Amino acid sequence: MGLLSWLVFTPIVGMIVIMLIGRDQHKLIRNLATFTTACELLLVIAVLAKFDLSQTGMQFAERALWIPQLGVYYHLGLDGISLIMLVTTGLLSFLACVASFGIRERVKEYFALYLLLETGMIGTFVSLDLFLFYIFWEVVLVPMYFLIGIWGGPRKEYAAIKFFLYTLAGSMFMLIGILALYFASTPHTFNMLALGQNQFALHFQQMVFLALFLGFAIKVPIWPFHTWLPDAHVEAPTPISVILAAILLKMGTYGFFRISYPILPQAARWFGPAMGILAVIGIIYGGFVAFAQTDFKKMVAYSSVSHMGFVLLGLAVFTLTGFQGALLQMFTHGLITGALFLLVGVLYDRAHIRDLNSFGGLWVKLPVYGGILIFCSLASLGLPGLAGFVSEFMVLLGSFPVYRWMTAAACVGILLAAAYLLYMIQRVLLGSLNPKWAHLKDISAREIFTLVPLMILILLVGVYPKIVLQYIAPTLEALVKSVGGTLA
Amino acid sequence: MSALLSIPFFGSELILVVSFFIAMALDFAFSDKKWVAYFTLAALALAWWFGPPAGASVRLFFGSFVWDPVTHFFKGLIYGTIGLTVIASLAYEQIPGRIRGEFYMLLVALALLLTVMGASVNLLMIFLAIESVSLTSYLLVGFQKFDQRASEAALKYVLFGAVSTALMLFGMSLLFGITGSIELSIIGAHIAKLDAASQTLALIGMLFVLAGIGFKISVVPFHFWAPDVYQGAPTPITAFLTIAPKALGFAVLARVFLTAFPFFMAQWATLFSFLAILTMTIGNVLAVSQHDIKRLLAYSSIAQAGYILVGLAAPSSLGLQAILVYVIAYLFTNLGAFFAVLAIERQLRTNDIGAYNGLAKRNPFLALSLTIFLLSLAGIPPLAGFIGKIFIFASAVKEHAFALAIAIALNSAVAAYYYFKVVKAMYLTPADSAERIENPMPTRIAICITLAGTIAIGIWPTVLIRFAEQALIVFPAF
Repeated sequence: MGLLSWLVFTPIVGMIVIMLIGRDQHKLIRNLATFTTACELLLVIAVLAKFDLSQTGMQFAERALWIPQLGVYYHLGLDGISLIMLVTTGLLSFLACVASFGIRERVKEYFALYLLLETGMIGTFVSLDLFLFYIFWEVVLVPMYFLIGIWGGPRKEYAAIKFFLYTLAGSMFMLIGILALYFASTPHTFNMLALGQNQFALHFQQMVFLALFLGFAIKVPIWPFHTWLPDAHVEAPTPISVILAAILLKMGTYGFFRISYPILPQAARWFGPAMGILAVIGIIYGGFVAFAQTDFKKMVAYSSVSHMGFVLLGLAVFTLTGFQGALLQMFTHGLITGALFLLVGVLYDRAHIRDLNSFGGLWVKLPVYGGILIFCSLASLGLPGLAGFVSEFMVLLGSFPVYRWMTAAACVGILLAAAYLLYMIQRVLLGSLNPKWAHLKDISAREIFTLVPLMILILLVGVYPKIVLQYIAPTLEALVKSVGGTLA
Repeated sequence: MSALLSIPFFGSELILVVSFFIAMALDFAFSDKKWVAYFTLAALALAWWFGPPAGASVRLFFGSFVWDPVTHFFKGLIYGTIGLTVIASLAYEQIPGRIRGEFYMLLVALALLLTVMGASVNLLMIFLAIESVSLTSYLLVGFQKFDQRASEAALKYVLFGAVSTALMLFGMSLLFGITGSIELSIIGAHIAKLDAASQTLALIGMLFVLAGIGFKISVVPFHFWAPDVYQGAPTPITAFLTIAPKALGFAVLARVFLTAFPFFMAQWATLFSFLAILTMTIGNVLAVSQHDIKRLLAYSSIAQAGYILVGLAAPSSLGLQAILVYVIAYLFTNLGAFFAVLAIERQLRTNDIGAYNGLAKRNPFLALSLTIFLLSLAGIPPLAGFIGKIFIFASAVKEHAFALAIAIALNSAVAAYYYFKVVKAMYLTPADSAERIENPMPTRIAICITLAGTIAIGIWPTVLIRFAEQALIVFPAF
């Protein structure tokens, strides 16, 4: 068994062990789950250390025949794009697991489902066979439904089923697209790499691209498919919001990088302008709606819609800088928004309320929390020197030569981000202290522990982005060449 | 092949005939009817053991039956379904002891009749087989004769059944009148040579035959009986009815239409496409508002028939394979779901979805297994239902029937909604009572077997696909 198989199946082993433990052993279950996610993180680091920077192809490949009649292979592999998502998944899953210690009800079920979710996510990012990819993609849905539906907020049931049905409907169309690709290729194959070698007719490419687009767009979510996101985010428990924002949304854009673009390059270019327009609408719309929110969590959720718009814009322009910016944005948005959701959770755990207007002057009572919140907000609004700036700047730099007006419009989104985040800081931290909150305690050591790694990375990537770019540049160069974009 | 030479290929059926009478005797001899059940299981195993080899392909009794790999495949399906139904019935206490013996006896009879139905290749035998299967089913549906709902269900079943049989018989007489034969292959050869007017008549005959078989597989618009019958019948019988007669209905449908009407393939493929879309949509949409889980699963099983019909709406060897793979995946999944329902009904005496609230606490195993069955029905990987669904999808996409594929996709989302209504009740809604729900040994065994099948097919579908391929080796190919 190779390293990647270990990565995929370690959480399942953890899940099975947890299911065998008595349901009252809360502490043991929690520690076991944390241990499993820590092992995953170590495995990810091992992959990172062994990763060969000079190579553009798939590394750590594993391939075994699974269903011979359909030509389905158990086929795993890793390139720069998968690697960066793997790092995000490994890190955030571990941190969100530590952040899950606040879960008090049905602990056993929670952590079992949580580990199943991790298997699904990791599997999605390392599958090279479309059939396998689809299975992992769907495996993510079920635990997510329960995690939102059981441990969520007041409207959890509605949010959970909405999330589930939206994504399922999208993925059904994705499945049609996958099967169409299978039957159009000679010989019939689900192998993503082999499918990339086929030259499909433009019309066929467009149809399949649309089918896949539905699946991916709902996941990202691209405007106007985003309506499940605020519900799911608001109702989900904090750690699950973190996972949702930092990893699940990226599965959609990852799908473009891994499947739509390499296999359907002409159609991708054909749809480029339309995707650019949707991206800009998402950026501006998400920004305005975030600005209008009074619920802290909903504001961060809509800011996700806006920030994911940058990823899509970078994807739409077919330049190397744009692609690099998009992929880097997937990473940095995971770090920053993950941190912001954790911070929302910290406050909610203490105040049991998220209404921005009812806070005020908290910085006096919670100085450490205030400092971290400001740091992460500044990162999110794109302050130079922090990670968010680098990725969004690269996207804009890459898109400017291609779509000037769209780039200009996207800049409004950055302005809006500054507006809603600073307005949030003003309402939460500044002003006079609401006496109701005089008893609030500052952020605890465990909570700081979940945030510090993210902050370090945010700063590191902001100051020296090459530590990430060096991993993704060779892969993206090859991708740009194969889709016929410009190497600028 | 003459009657005498055919006998060796009829070993299983003869054993079942003998077993039927022995079971009758045992019913007199034992007051504890579980011995009759055990005997039934042994008889099925014995009959399977002494069946003809899988690979044979011969016509028996002057061409009335054909023993081919398809027959063999469906025989396995029938024995499996009936065996599991018998096991689960052991725990079903709503049938009073004094008539339980007959219950098992009738199931033995059904094993025989259904196998004959799958093997019939002339109109007369098909008619007789379908009719006798129906008659036995009427008896089993109305078995709780003291229960008004069961009696209503049985009566409804009889009335609908009688009308559709009459229609089918009329169609058959038309076909016989035009072609002068009751053998499917001869009819098929004749129709191509007929003049236009007679061909139209043959087409009408075909539609009437479809009405008869459509009733068995509960395809819209012949589905009206299904929800009431499935709700009113004893739960193990409902489980059985949603699988075996339906699967055999598809076997007959495929045999009749591919052997007798290949000439009209373009016409019936289009017709099946419409029927498939109608059936899945109506089944799923009506299921959404159900509060009784048996009714919900009844409508879901109508919708499933719509999916299976896609295999014939996009006729190809892949389509036939899809039908076989789907019915087996569906066998484990749907039987399992009904067995879980049975275990709960046994204690709570209700099938209202409200009674499932908080089941995750009252019996975690039942809740988890029912969830897995429902997920499989919804086509979530890696479970059996997903493998079936991907074959159905593939058969549509391969023939470029994208309207069908899109209809399945949209329907899957609707279906997921109502399956998750049950999941929601079990896991998300708190229980009204903390009393534990017992899961007695027979249902536990039956659920474990179906659960193992559901998961194993999902993870390792190769074996099942190979069975389906082997079954179709000598079937009318494309």
